[in-house]
Amino acid sequence: MTNMKSPRIAYGEALVELGEKNELVVALDADLAHATQTALFGERFKDRFFNLGIAEQNMMGVAAGLSLCGFIPFASTFAIFGAGRAFEQIRNSICYPKLNVKIAVTHGGVTVGEDGASHQAIEDISLMRSLPNMTVIVPCDAIETKKAVFAAADIEGPVYIRIARPVAPIITKEEDNFEIGKAKVLKEGKDVSIFATGLMVAKALEAAVTLGDRGIDATVINIHTIKPLDEDLILKEVAKTSKVITVEEHTILGGLGSAVAEVLVEKGMKAQMKRIGINDTFGQSGDPEQLLEHYGLSAQNIVKVAEEMVENLK
Amino acid sequence: MMQVNELQKISAEVRSDVIKMIGKAGSGHPGGSLSIVDILVTLYNKVMKVDPKNPNWEDRDRLVLSKGHGCPALYSILARKGFFDVEQLWSLRKLGSMLQGHPDMRKTPGIDVSVGSLGQGLSVAVGLALGAKLKNKKYRVFAIIGDGEMQEGQIWEALMSSIHYKLDNLTIILDYNKLQIDGPNEEVMSLGNIRERMQAFGFDVHEIDGHNHEEIYNALSAPVIAQKPRFIIAHTVKGKGVSFMENQVGWHGKAPNAQEIEKALADIGGTTI
Ligand SMILES: Cc1ncc(C[n+]2csc(CCOP(=O)(O)OP(=O)(O)O)c2C)c(N)n1
Ligand SMILES: [Mg+2]
Repeated sequence: MTNMKSPRIAYGEALVELGEKNELVVALDADLAHATQTALFGERFKDRFFNLGIAEQNMMGVAAGLSLCGFIPFASTFAIFGAGRAFEQIRNSICYPKLNVKIAVTHGGVTVGEDGASHQAIEDISLMRSLPNMTVIVPCDAIETKKAVFAAADIEGPVYIRIARPVAPIITKEEDNFEIGKAKVLKEGKDVSIFATGLMVAKALEAAVTLGDRGIDATVINIHTIKPLDEDLILKEVAKTSKVITVEEHTILGGLGSAVAEVLVEKGMKAQMKRIGINDTFGQSGDPEQLLEHYGLSAQNIVKVAEEMVENLK
Repeated sequence: MMQVNELQKISAEVRSDVIKMIGKAGSGHPGGSLSIVDILVTLYNKVMKVDPKNPNWEDRDRLVLSKGHGCPALYSILARKGFFDVEQLWSLRKLGSMLQGHPDMRKTPGIDVSVGSLGQGLSVAVGLALGAKLKNKKYRVFAIIGDGEMQEGQIWEALMSSIHYKLDNLTIILDYNKLQIDGPNEEVMSLGNIRERMQAFGFDVHEIDGHNHEEIYNALSAPVIAQKPRFIIAHTVKGKGVSFMENQVGWHGKAPNAQEIEKALADIGGTTI
């Protein structure tokens, strides 16, 4: 049995652990501390936790001010209210002056589930990666979430960490090394390269098993850092297969798929490519797994797309 | 301590700089720069603890010019205090200049916070004040906001949080010149009775003539009321000091031409270019 754990629970725990090690770490939230799990930090370090109320724009500015005092603020809310509501505050008050603020948001993507489209951020990666000075990380599981939190605190400058809400399979190991900007090949193959991010990495791995049974040897690459993108690894992998599939719990406009395509086109890399993601539509209410399936974010659909791609070229 | 007439002299010098800078740049915001001159001159010459030779001194008092478009006035004061060479003033808004159209803390020594998008600076000031409390630092944080800027929702979020966290090390100064871009505040979006609103929030409210250095000084240096952030309503005149700019909406964001510069400088009694 695969171990399961919610990345957001891992976030809350990691933040406490980080807070124990570094007293400059402070946390901010906007009335979602129990959902984002920053409440754990708040209980442990009462004077280093600030609930700003339902006021995300102000929260980003206050985080900027705290960073100017030498603190390492982690500002949390849902992805939609962080990257969305407070976009311009993140741009002008945090990224433009390159302040050391970590924006760790939970409830990214459609796996928010029943709350529906208003709460499902599916454009945040695109927004955040367009900002100069910003680093964008989308961890694939609970273990990687913890590593991302520690790694973000280790670098100077703004970081956006997009964390998933639901309980999800653990697919990485404690001892795996995690480096911002360095993608990871989780399974080697020669027929097709599947680049995935966030919860979609597990789906891609699952798809690769089925594909293997059907005689298609897929490479699975975990792109945990969308920015800076590991261009070298992407080019190296695509050179082997000339067939690319990207999978993201995000609109296909401007996210992982777009980022990978930009690299391939600009480097003149000839490849067949398919982007799996939300196809220019909003989400809706539903059970997270059902929603993933509905939007083609399932292992089954990845298999289908890969098979079609390989068939076409035969 | 400096005498009032000395501050008046400095204010006139800064006003001349503002006119010359914006004139040379060919663009900028004279109205809202001129209205904050006396406030800034008092702050930097009588109240704030800063060190021009060490602009990042950890214990310095901080200023957040939340209405960032008024920066020519601040640039002039910083230059004349020795944060950077006065000659730099004439490069305002030019490609590669250390003096951007709106303040950039990474380019200009003495600028504590990058601002320009209205409504955002006050939140950063709240963070700075909160950080000072957390670090047991004694420095004060000053934020200057515009009256039009008060229409931003984020301002009210920041006001609320400064009260909630009892930031008595924070002083907010409202440059109440009654005008914004499209007209008087009262026509565009009325602000109501600001004094009553701020008192109801729980601020230590002061109401002054924002061009009277003594009144400005007294409001800034009055004893701190424990746990209460201060809110100073400074009644000002947009375009103050230049007769044809005073109270004129049209001079919000327009550069004077050569003739207008001469006339403005004559009004101010400053030196010519
Ligand atoms: C968020 C935002 N919206 C609009 C502007 C454009 N703008 C620049 S100044 C200004 C009017 C500001 O009025 P006020 O705060 O009263 O400033 P002052 O009268 O002191 O110049 C506007 C709308 C801006 N800089 N930021
Ligand atoms: Mg005004």
